[in-house]
Amino acid sequence: MSDSREWTPQAIQAEIDALKHKPGALLPILHALQDRFGFIPEAAVPLIADSLGQTRAEVHGVIGFYHHFRTAPPGRHVVQICRAEACQAMGARPLEAHAKASLGIDYHQTTVDREVTLEAVYCLGNCACGPAVRVDDRVLGRVDAERFDALIDELQTRPLEVIA
Amino acid sequence: MSVRVFVPRDTTALSLGADAVAARLEREARARGLALTLVRNGSRGAAWLEPLVEVETANGRLAFGPVIAEDIPGLLDAGLLDGDLLAGDTGHPLALGPTEALPWFARQQRLTFARIGLTDPLSIADYLAHDGYRGLETALTRTPQELVEEVKASGLRGRGGAAFPTGIKWQTVLDTPADQKYIVCNADEGDSGTFADRLAMECDPYLLIEGMTIAGLAVGATQGYIYLRSEYPLAKTILDAAIAHAEAAGYLGDDIRGSGHAFHLEVRLGAGAYICGEETSLLESLEGKRGLVRFKPPLPAIEGLFGRPTVVNNVLSLAAVPFILAEGAQAYADVGMGRSRGTLALQLAGNVKRGGLVELAFGASLRTLMEEFGGGTASGRPLRAVQVGGPLCAYLPESQWDLPLDYEAFAEVGAGVGHGGVVMFDDSVDMAEQARFSMEFCKTESCGKCTPCRIGSTRGVEVIDRIRAGENRAANLALLGELCETMEDGSLCAMGGMTPFPVRSALTHFPDDFRRPVEGD
Repeated sequence: MSDSREWTPQAIQAEIDALKHKPGALLPILHALQDRFGFIPEAAVPLIADSLGQTRAEVHGVIGFYHHFRTAPPGRHVVQICRAEACQAMGARPLEAHAKASLGIDYHQTTVDREVTLEAVYCLGNCACGPAVRVDDRVLGRVDAERFDALIDELQTRPLEVIA
Repeated sequence: MSVRVFVPRDTTALSLGADAVAARLEREARARGLALTLVRNGSRGAAWLEPLVEVETANGRLAFGPVIAEDIPGLLDAGLLDGDLLAGDTGHPLALGPTEALPWFARQQRLTFARIGLTDPLSIADYLAHDGYRGLETALTRTPQELVEEVKASGLRGRGGAAFPTGIKWQTVLDTPADQKYIVCNADEGDSGTFADRLAMECDPYLLIEGMTIAGLAVGATQGYIYLRSEYPLAKTILDAAIAHAEAAGYLGDDIRGSGHAFHLEVRLGAGAYICGEETSLLESLEGKRGLVRFKPPLPAIEGLFGRPTVVNNVLSLAAVPFILAEGAQAYADVGMGRSRGTLALQLAGNVKRGGLVELAFGASLRTLMEEFGGGTASGRPLRAVQVGGPLCAYLPESQWDLPLDYEAFAEVGAGVGHGGVVMFDDSVDMAEQARFSMEFCKTESCGKCTPCRIGSTRGVEVIDRIRAGENRAANLALLGELCETMEDGSLCAMGGMTPFPVRSALTHFPDDFRRPVEGD
């Protein structure tokens, strides 16, 4: 993880200031923070509230309402498994059971090595080629247990560092 | 001259390795000294053939699919760019012949999706060369009332699922005076089994931009928002780029094509809340709030975004508008059945052999769709149930597969066409488990504002668990029936009000599944 993902109050305020003029700016601000830091730091709540003239409770309520926003750092990769009907029809239930068992975690948890955070998702719009899985911003189709394992292997394989 | 080769770049094609196909193709062609111009087009919507590679010839495009990167050397050996395959030899196992002659495409009636897959989605030149912006050119010569009349005359009804006449909604916004009005595109395509909005946005983004611009001219709105679900990152990238190109080319901005009319457009991301596909919840979310459903009235057309008159239309409703303006309302109204005019974008999904986007005039039967286009199940097992219209619509048993796809015909049997998603299940499905999931989904996604939805869905999961476990089955079945009635009658919106539809359909048509011992018994 690069240093730019480490949050500081100044970096948070800069993201807020870039967007606060927009009508209905709260969701764009929350997205910007999560895109940059991987999650929404607790310290952002009062800064956002002050900048938008809202209460902390209001900001907190919005963060909590939406499944997408998280308040703790995720692992290096976020893996989402589609749980919706079209993927169920193609075996999403056994796939999610396999994923949880092989990673040793449940939904909304991160592996101890901090590599993978597992999340449920309801539809990725790839419904004719299920089961669908999203890894960070990449969507994959027809993912069975074998393909899932290959994917996880690929995620955990880091290029060797070449020391000059 | 180098041969043009098309490798799609929509989410489905990419999910099956289209980038690797494109990279391998360029590398192998270079190594062999073959000239090739690679075009990353949109998908034609035949998900079952993706990645669908096409090669341009004097006699139209030839299709090859589904292609994986490892197929490329063999295809080049067989003369993909310079030999037999180009001459239309379909001896190669992946050679499908002329794309448009494939029955799966030839039997469709593509009005809204006429252009997907043909063009580079971000090329305005391509868009114009394929009849793009003809609707807007016409619209710029009409008065707002004439535009609204045209949409009314087309018979277009909201494609998000509610099927409310689009022209009447526009009339209300036009007739409501305000200092600012808005066009909001509902691109929160959350129903499982639906991806037509995504295809339109990823493969033909200017179509939506054009439709929204015309809507702005019709009602006097100068600002538009596309509320896009965060599960569609590629659509966001493509729409943002298309909006920037359209601004640079004078198709968006303060003075559209020198007309003096302004229209600005911005994409806003949702954040993983299914309920934000409900229009008032969507408006709350756009305003930066929790996506709680609003009471109606006031209608959004009168007091919508930031309290101003707002058109809230689905992607496909807005995407139908350019055709209506370019070809005339009558051309659109001429197809369809009864009060369902025009075409319906059906999405064949789930356990289907030949899934993808099938655009047809209203009136085709579900069986035709699933058999002739879908080719049955992917697993090869017998088809048992089909959920049409998303997670809030009924599961249909075989006795209902001859229904014509028409809003009224479906409504008569307690089913819905919804957003046109058709999710097929083979005989391994446990319908009691599906009914439980419907309640569980409602529990997860309820906005929490009204009690029947918030509490009812939790109780629904519990009571279905008891039925499946064989506890007081008769009494609990009666209780579930009452609970469904309470949710239907007492919920503020379709989330709680329609969740009972799939549950009841499972109970009515597949009662045996509720008597099976569950695992662990």
